Amino acid sequence: MSPLLAVLSQDLRLAYRRRGEMTTPLMFFILVTMLFPLGLSPQPELLRTIAPGVLWVAALLAALISQQSLFKSDFDDGTLEQWLLIPAPLELLALARVASHWFVSGLPLVVLSPLMGILMNYPEAAMAEMALSLLFGTAILSLLGAVGAALTVGLRQSGVLLPILVLPLAIPVLIFGAQAAAQAARGEDPSGALYLLAALLVLGITLVPFAIAAAIRVSMES
Amino acid sequence: MDKHSWAWFHRFASPPYLYKVAGLLSPWFMWAAILLIAAGLYGGLWSSPPDYQQGDGFRIIYIHVPSAYLSMMCYSIVAIASAVGLIWRLKLAHAVAVAAAPLGASFTFLALITGSLWGKPMWGTFWVWDARLTSELILLFLYFGFIALNRAYEDRRSGDRAGAVLALVGVVNLPIIHYSVVWWNSLHQGSTKFFGNDAEIAASMLVPLLLMIFGFTCFFFACLLKRVQAEVLERERNAAWTAEVV
Amino acid sequence: MRRGPRKWCEMKSLHEFLTMGGYAIYVWPAYIIAAVVMIVNLMLPAGRLKRLKAEIRRRRSINP
Repeated sequence: MSPLLAVLSQDLRLAYRRRGEMTTPLMFFILVTMLFPLGLSPQPELLRTIAPGVLWVAALLAALISQQSLFKSDFDDGTLEQWLLIPAPLELLALARVASHWFVSGLPLVVLSPLMGILMNYPEAAMAEMALSLLFGTAILSLLGAVGAALTVGLRQSGVLLPILVLPLAIPVLIFGAQAAAQAARGEDPSGALYLLAALLVLGITLVPFAIAAAIRVSMES
Repeated sequence: MDKHSWAWFHRFASPPYLYKVAGLLSPWFMWAAILLIAAGLYGGLWSSPPDYQQGDGFRIIYIHVPSAYLSMMCYSIVAIASAVGLIWRLKLAHAVAVAAAPLGASFTFLALITGSLWGKPMWGTFWVWDARLTSELILLFLYFGFIALNRAYEDRRSGDRAGAVLALVGVVNLPIIHYSVVWWNSLHQGSTKFFGNDAEIAASMLVPLLLMIFGFTCFFFACLLKRVQAEVLERERNAAWTAEVV
Repeated sequence: MRRGPRKWCEMKSLHEFLTMGGYAIYVWPAYIIAAVVMIVNLMLPAGRLKRLKAEIRRRRSINP
C-alpha cells in the first residue's frame, strides 16, 4: 500500500504548490455553463429543464481539459520510466495518480456544482443528488481519461486525439449522471441511476487500472 | 497441451503463410458473396410482396440489417485480434485488427445512412435519436478513435499496441454503452421500432434477409483478407519472401 | 394505399419495381450508396496491393 500513498502524497503536495493550475478546469466549467443561458435564453423554465444536461456536459468537458496533463510532466521528466522500474505494481501507481487527479480536479468541480446549479435555476432541493451524481461521475471520468492520457502522452497531437478517444467511452456516464440529476430535479427518485453510476465506478476501479498500466507500457516503449 | 495442436496457430503467425492463405481464400469468399447477394436481391427486391404496413419502404432492411450486424461483428474481430496481439505478442494479429477497423467503420457508416433513409418515410425525418441509430453513431466514433490513435504513432509497433489497448477498453464498454443508450431512449421517447407492431417476420422477408446477411458476411471476409494481404505486405516489404509473391 | 395481398414469387411489373410503390427516392439511394461503399471497399485494398507490389519490384530491380 505504501507506493500508493507515496504517489498520492507527492502528487497532492505538488498540486498544492501549483494551486493556480487547479483553477483552470473550474474556470472552464463555469464558462461553458455560462454559454447556455447566453446562447439560448435566460428564461427560468428553460434553464431548469436543461440544467442537468448542461451541468453534466460542462463537467465532462472540464474533466477532459484537466486530463490532458495527467501524465505529461511525468513523461517529460522521466518519472514514468521510474514507475516501470520500481518493484511496485504499475496498476497501483496508476490508480494513485487517478485518485490524486480526481482529488484536485474532480472534487473541486463537485463542490462548485451547486453554485452553477443556482445560476442554471436548478431546484435547491435536488442539489445534493446532483452533486452526488457528479461525485461518482467525475471519478469514472478521471479513470477513463487516464487511459486516453496514457495512450497519447508520447504523441504530439495528443490534445486533439484525447477527446476522440475518451468521449465515446464516457457516454454511459453522461447518460446515467444527467438522468440522475434530471430525475432529482423533477422530484423523482434518482437512486436507480445513482446505483448504476456507483456500479460503473466499482467496475472502473477494478478494471481500468490494468488498462492504464498497459497504456503506460505502450507509451514508454515507443 | 500437445505440441502439434498448436502447429496451425504458429503457421498463421508466419507472414508468408498468412499472405498465401488470404490470397487463396479471398476469391472464394467473393464468389460466394456475389451469388448470395444476387439471390438475396432477387428475393428481396423483386419476388417478395411489399410489407402490409410499410409498403416497399421496408426493403432497405436488406442492406441495413446486414450492415448493422457486420459493424458489430467487425468490432469484435478488432477486439479479439487486439487481445491475441497483446497477449501472445503476435504482430500479425495486430495487422488483422488494423485491416478490419476501416472496413468496420464503412459498414457502420452504411448502417447509419440506410437507417436514416429508412427513417424518413417511417418517422418523417432522416434522424431520430433511436437507440439503435445512436449506438451505431457511437460505434462509428469508437472506430474513428482506434484508427486515429493507431495512425498517430510513428512507430508501427507502438501504434498497434496502443490501438489494441483502446479496442479492449472499447469492447468492455460497448455493452454498457448499448444498454445505457437503450435505457436513455426508453425514458425519453417510448419505443421507435423498425418493424411493425408484430415482431413476426414473414418467410418471404426472412429468406432474402438471411441470404443478404450471409452474402454481406462473405463480402466482408473477402475484403478483410485482401486488406490483411496489403497490411502484411506493407509491414514485411523488406523481408526476403516478398520477392516470391510480387 | 394498401394493395391486395400478393402471392410469394408472383412477378410484378417493371414500373412497380422501379418506383418501389412510391418509396423509390429512399430505397434506391440506399442501395446505390451501399453499392458505392462496397465497391470502394474492394478497390482500395486491391489498389494498395498493386502499389506495394510495384514498389517492392522496383526496389528489387535496383538492389537485388
